Amino acid sequence: MDFSLTREQELLKKLAAQFAEEELEPVAAEVDETHEFPWDNFQKMVKCGFTGIGVPREYGGVGGGAIEKVIAVEEFGKKCLTSAACLSIHLITPHAINEFGTKEQKEEYLPQITSGGKLAAFALTEPGAGSDAAGVKTVAVYDSETDEYILNGTKCFITGGSRADVFVIFALTEPEKKTKGMTAFIVERSFPGFSHGKIENKMGICGSETAELVLEDCRVPAKNVLGKLGKGFKIAMMALDGARIGVAAQAIGIAQGALDLAVKYSKEREQFGAPIANLQGIQWYIADMATKTEAAKQLAYYAAWSQDAGKPINKVAAMAKMHCSENARYVTNLALQIHGGYGYMKDYPLERMYRDAKITEIYEGTNEIHKVVISRAVLAGK
Amino acid sequence: MRIYVTVKQVPDTSGTVAVHEDGTLDRASMQTIINPDDLAAMEQALRIKDATGCQVTAITMGPPPAEGMLRELIAMGADDAILVSGREFGGSDTFATSQILGAAIVHAQAGDNDFMIFSGRQAIDGDTAQVGPQIAEKLNLPQISYAAEVTKEGDKVTVKRMLEDGYMTISTQTPCLITCINDQDMKPRYMNLIGIMDCYSKPLQIFDYNELKDEPLIEPDKIGLKGSPTNIFTSFTPPQKGIGEMLPGATKETAELLAAKLLEKHAI
Amino acid sequence: MAFNNTDLAAFKDIWVFCEQREGKLMNTDFELISEGRKLADERGSDLIGILIGNGVKDLAPQLGGYGADKVYVIEDPALEIYTTDGYAKALCDIIEDKKPEVVLFGATNYGRDLAPRCAARLGTGLTADCTHLDIDMNNYVEFLKSASTLPAEKYERFNMEDVNLKMTRPAFGGHLMATIICPRFRPCMSTVRPGVMKKAEFDQSKADACVVESYNVEFADGDIKTVVEEVVKASKKIVDLIGADIIVSVGRGIKKDIEGGIKLAEDLIEAFGGGVLGGSRVTVDSGWLSHDHQVGQTGKTVHPKIYVALGISGSIQHKAGMQESELIIAVNKDPNAPIFEIADYGICGDLFKVTPMLTEAIAAAIASK
Repeated sequence: MDFSLTREQELLKKLAAQFAEEELEPVAAEVDETHEFPWDNFQKMVKCGFTGIGVPREYGGVGGGAIEKVIAVEEFGKKCLTSAACLSIHLITPHAINEFGTKEQKEEYLPQITSGGKLAAFALTEPGAGSDAAGVKTVAVYDSETDEYILNGTKCFITGGSRADVFVIFALTEPEKKTKGMTAFIVERSFPGFSHGKIENKMGICGSETAELVLEDCRVPAKNVLGKLGKGFKIAMMALDGARIGVAAQAIGIAQGALDLAVKYSKEREQFGAPIANLQGIQWYIADMATKTEAAKQLAYYAAWSQDAGKPINKVAAMAKMHCSENARYVTNLALQIHGGYGYMKDYPLERMYRDAKITEIYEGTNEIHKVVISRAVLAGK
Repeated sequence: MRIYVTVKQVPDTSGTVAVHEDGTLDRASMQTIINPDDLAAMEQALRIKDATGCQVTAITMGPPPAEGMLRELIAMGADDAILVSGREFGGSDTFATSQILGAAIVHAQAGDNDFMIFSGRQAIDGDTAQVGPQIAEKLNLPQISYAAEVTKEGDKVTVKRMLEDGYMTISTQTPCLITCINDQDMKPRYMNLIGIMDCYSKPLQIFDYNELKDEPLIEPDKIGLKGSPTNIFTSFTPPQKGIGEMLPGATKETAELLAAKLLEKHAI
Repeated sequence: MAFNNTDLAAFKDIWVFCEQREGKLMNTDFELISEGRKLADERGSDLIGILIGNGVKDLAPQLGGYGADKVYVIEDPALEIYTTDGYAKALCDIIEDKKPEVVLFGATNYGRDLAPRCAARLGTGLTADCTHLDIDMNNYVEFLKSASTLPAEKYERFNMEDVNLKMTRPAFGGHLMATIICPRFRPCMSTVRPGVMKKAEFDQSKADACVVESYNVEFADGDIKTVVEEVVKASKKIVDLIGADIIVSVGRGIKKDIEGGIKLAEDLIEAFGGGVLGGSRVTVDSGWLSHDHQVGQTGKTVHPKIYVALGISGSIQHKAGMQESELIIAVNKDPNAPIFEIADYGICGDLFKVTPMLTEAIAAAIASK
């Protein structure tokens, strides 16, 4: 058993931390306030190669796997959860295309979204299909004359939906078969019949533009079917397992970021003639926050390691996502509390982190749905 | 064309600086960083590499762990690196250091004159700004220091050399040595992920005393502590900064008192 | 006649390389000549200025007025404008010929370019950016007593007959001081930080008595390998808080007259001879100053030599961003303002009244140097 990062992973961590400190932290408050997507920062991530993690070099990627993703997303999350989420969610699509795409699909789409500077998005959720992914209503009808599928439906809460150029979208090719009739498509924003609707006004990760997608007779070439017909649900579930590890990484990042601020502040802030770090009440908070965050990290990295090792991750990814996100809310809450009145002020980053952290308990499957996943696996003896 | 970039691993003096009671530096407790001016020199070199396709070699003198810094520089874009390391080199002052680094570059270049050397203007631990010019002298190369911008066309190198109150444009021919300042426009690029994934498989040569001993510049009385013309006579910490003082009043006299105190402290 | 840098007895006199730019001597020259006079007296030797250029001979007596016994002038069309090669050749030729014991340079952009090149050619040591020099051991011990925390038993081990130049300089960002000697080779060379050494009173009679001697150096084609193509004065102004030596910052205290308050801060910067204007968070958030002026922004720490806080109360955030400044001066109406806890010098008063007086006093103090 070896818990240490490789030399290359150590350097990646150093780079990601430096990048987060120099590029993300200085604009985090502004991004939150203006609800502007940090587009420059995304392009800088592309330049460094972060958007190519987990994709082979022949397709514009940089190699690496889940552990590399967690390292980068965690470091970003310490300083700006919007940016961490932006990377983490973007990566779902190239990973899905790399895993399930044909050689031609990989050659056409992966370079654009790894090193080419284009944003990708992943669209499963619909107004009637949240935790219950089987509720998808978007349909795809084959037109044999043009060898195209015609998609109709609405997707919602799609991160990057208003900015992305390349999407993986799920639609029913055989509606009567429900999830077994679901198929994944690679859709370009430029395809006829594709548009995005309103951008949501959210509580946190405000810079990440969450949008509605509208498909009105959207014509998608048959060659853009990702994986096999009718295998869309399986692709979605497998992609989401990886995405959940990404959320776990976001959550441990923001928790550590909040803890770091709480430690720094409690040593600087003096009350009753001494730093508040001398008060046992604060010390106990710090001990709890540090221990729980450490445990959360181990779980997130174990899930990433399992994925890279090719082990089943359905259960452990759900556990990591659920546990790390609960911890993120717990730690940001206490870190804000330690900051007292200052923590409640927008001059300090804690109130933003507190709002941002909440999303990790909700997206890529609510924690309640993860309890279903976990208990099902445990009860089945897996 | 190959550009050698001389780099140094230094304690981060902008953070906490810990000093032992005897006045020596507690290096173990301090973070090390790549000297900022050296990073600017690396960025200059990489920009010339981007424009001309030349090779860039990072070179440092230091203990074996300095390899980590060299790998980072490869991850930024350097093609390879040289670590000059050996007991015989320990304790070198700037004179001896330039002697050794000069020898190492001559050794690596093996008679080929198609090269340049870029150094940081100065290192934040010693602030001497001496090693670069001294390498130039020992290799009989023209030097241009305080460079904010370097461009190269064929054998001609043109440098924007900063002055206290402006700048000069100076040109020379390769081979030459340029010392670079850490200017806002010369912010070093980040490492990139492909560079990181590959950096440990790129060439890194270690030059020890045996490797370099036949170079004319390597004479036992010119290297290491014994070969250093300067010695430390005493080192000490300045007295601790006392608690500040409130100056009496808010009048012309108060202002003059303050100005006098600043003069006395050589602050102005 | 080979140059033997280890025959210590053959070397005598204190030399100062006197830099001129466009036919004008620099303040550093006078500071160094004044300091060199002190050293020459301690050593019982002569103080000699070295002047290099073209058509610069008339400047030499000025150096005498600050204490030089003699000035060697090296003139040549090739030395019209500073080049490393040209100056290094001129200086090394005369040093090899005349063998000075000590050579001092100003730690200017030129001095720090030239001195290491010469030291390497002469095979001797060089100490950079010195802030204190002694030859006489008694003076050195007195200096240590005031400027160090060393215990007295340290001094007892010194050889009080030591006649090496003891060159003291800050290292590691000023956290540590080191005294360096160059015991085995001559000349002993040092660059000296501008503005540190005290300039003596100019004495016309000494200027008249100063011996000025021309020294000839022959230049051949190829001696100077660099070409100065252009010299441009004064670069654009950028707000570089991180690299600034002097920062004058304003805070909420300027609210009653924002433009006026900023002007006062700028006047004070002018009096210091240059620096950067900073501001607390409120000045930036209120749009009084642009973003790049903000001190105490997350992740940004400044460490100038002097930080002046005008009308800044000193929030935790602000203090964290500037408390590593070498010297902090605070002006605030509120005697309980937290900024005073970390200030070296505090003045409790209205910045609109105090700042103009400070500007005047600082300008006068600098002019008096």
